[in-house]
Amino acid sequence: MTETEAVSGRGTREDNNRGIPASGSTTKISARNFSFFYGEHCALRDVSLEIRRNQLFTIMGPSGSGKTTFLRALNRLGNLIPNTRHEGSLKIDGVDVYGKGVDVAELRRRVGMVFALPVALPMSIFSNVAHGPRMQGVRHPKELEEIVEKALRDAILWDEVKDRLSDNASRLSGGQLQRLSIARVLALEPEIILLDEPTSGLDPISTLRIEELLWELVERYTIVLVTHNPLQAARIDSKTAFFLMGELIETGSAYDIFTRPKDKRTEDYVSGKYG
Amino acid sequence: MRNKETLVQWILAIVALSAIAVLALIIIFIFKEGSPIIARLGLTKFITGTKWSPTKGMFGIFPMILGSIQVTLGALLIGVPIGLATAIFLAEMAPPRTSRILKSAIQLLAGIPSVVFGFIGLVILVPFIRQWLGGPGFSVLAAAIVLGIMILPTIVSVCYDVLKAVPPAYREGMLALGATRWQAIKMVVLPAARPGIIASVILGMGRAIGETMAVIMVAGNATKIPVSPLEPVRTLTSNVALEMGYAIGEHREALFATGIVLFIIIALLNTLARIVARPEKV
Repeated sequence: MTETEAVSGRGTREDNNRGIPASGSTTKISARNFSFFYGEHCALRDVSLEIRRNQLFTIMGPSGSGKTTFLRALNRLGNLIPNTRHEGSLKIDGVDVYGKGVDVAELRRRVGMVFALPVALPMSIFSNVAHGPRMQGVRHPKELEEIVEKALRDAILWDEVKDRLSDNASRLSGGQLQRLSIARVLALEPEIILLDEPTSGLDPISTLRIEELLWELVERYTIVLVTHNPLQAARIDSKTAFFLMGELIETGSAYDIFTRPKDKRTEDYVSGKYG
Repeated sequence: MRNKETLVQWILAIVALSAIAVLALIIIFIFKEGSPIIARLGLTKFITGTKWSPTKGMFGIFPMILGSIQVTLGALLIGVPIGLATAIFLAEMAPPRTSRILKSAIQLLAGIPSVVFGFIGLVILVPFIRQWLGGPGFSVLAAAIVLGIMILPTIVSVCYDVLKAVPPAYREGMLALGATRWQAIKMVVLPAARPGIIASVILGMGRAIGETMAVIMVAGNATKIPVSPLEPVRTLTSNVALEMGYAIGEHREALFATGIVLFIIIALLNTLARIVARPEKV
């Protein structure tokens, strides 16, 4: 057993971290010198990175490092704020996210997002999950039921809520609510799932369940996780990028980042000097 | 220092209490003046009587109650859709600068004296209705349109505030699910804001029922039951305002009794507004 395997302990994670593909065909997301501005303030500077299909990609960094800005640029949610602009290119499947003729609603369906604070839309548990498919025009009750059940099973929530699907979703606990948010995204059959500090409001057990869930989901989806907690990045043990003050400092496997960081600032961060 | 503190507290308490006392006195006075005739005629006869003829001692306010209801419903039919649409545009779609300018323009509407609304209705709306739709022009329709415009500021500002109070996370959550902006508004923002929107409608209703001057000027004020929106109508408030100047004896009492009915209707509406506007218990 190599040293790396001892740390991660799982073969699947190794495959995910390593084996960088020779061809570019499996690149899902690519940023080239991408910058993002709120008015005059530059929140993201000259970021270049690539995320492969079916990869779990963790972005870590302290508050204000631009990691959420990057995430929100991917589904163009950042543009809801007036006076924002970007430079450089950001591509999904080789198509520029900000290109002309991009259907933003369709983009957001393909690129699902889970927020730091889980949101219960003011409706039943069932409707929370069925809502997305309904907007896509799925009307048939049987079909909706199947989609909802599958999404809830995939989010490992089904057994806890199957008997009370018509209850108002606000009655769920924080951890359940966050899995509901994930189910809501899964119901749309997205290609990419963005998670913005999905466990920041959760207890350790709920956090662990979500982290494990990510490793199951990544077999079918490309996942980008943002966290301000280096311990979480270490636990998740995936390909990791370190953002600081709007800049991408370095990327690498979690093992490399945590044991032999190339940059002094990364070292300071992972060893808890700031953050 | 300590004494000064106590003194200020006492002064404020007395001022506050006297405001409430004035209100209480008004209520007592109206009831004292108006209730004898209700007792004499009987409440049902007063409310359901269709003939208002003070000189013959006939005091039935049913046409006026119906008139108030018709005019108010008409005003809501006109004011609520326009007001809600305006609020949605201002809160959800307009750029912040435009929104600010338009919002203060609409609030300016609230500051225009009602006699000015009535005057504009009188010289523009009434002749227009007479010429194009028929009838005398002075009508339910004219009153409803004028009131519909007058309740806009209430509807718009209350709806705007409740829409702004919907957690942004709902909106973002919907957009992140691939909703268009309108889908997000229709499916989540409006349902979440529903109690506040209903409250704004009830507040607008209260304003419409209570408005007097503008209505007198355009409604025609006939004391019969209108069968078409183009016919003249008299509301409860108009009834009091039109006749109070010369009424004596029983007639005067009947007008106060009209006030009692009006007071009860408005109190009920306000209570209703409070109940529906109360945030849902979680």
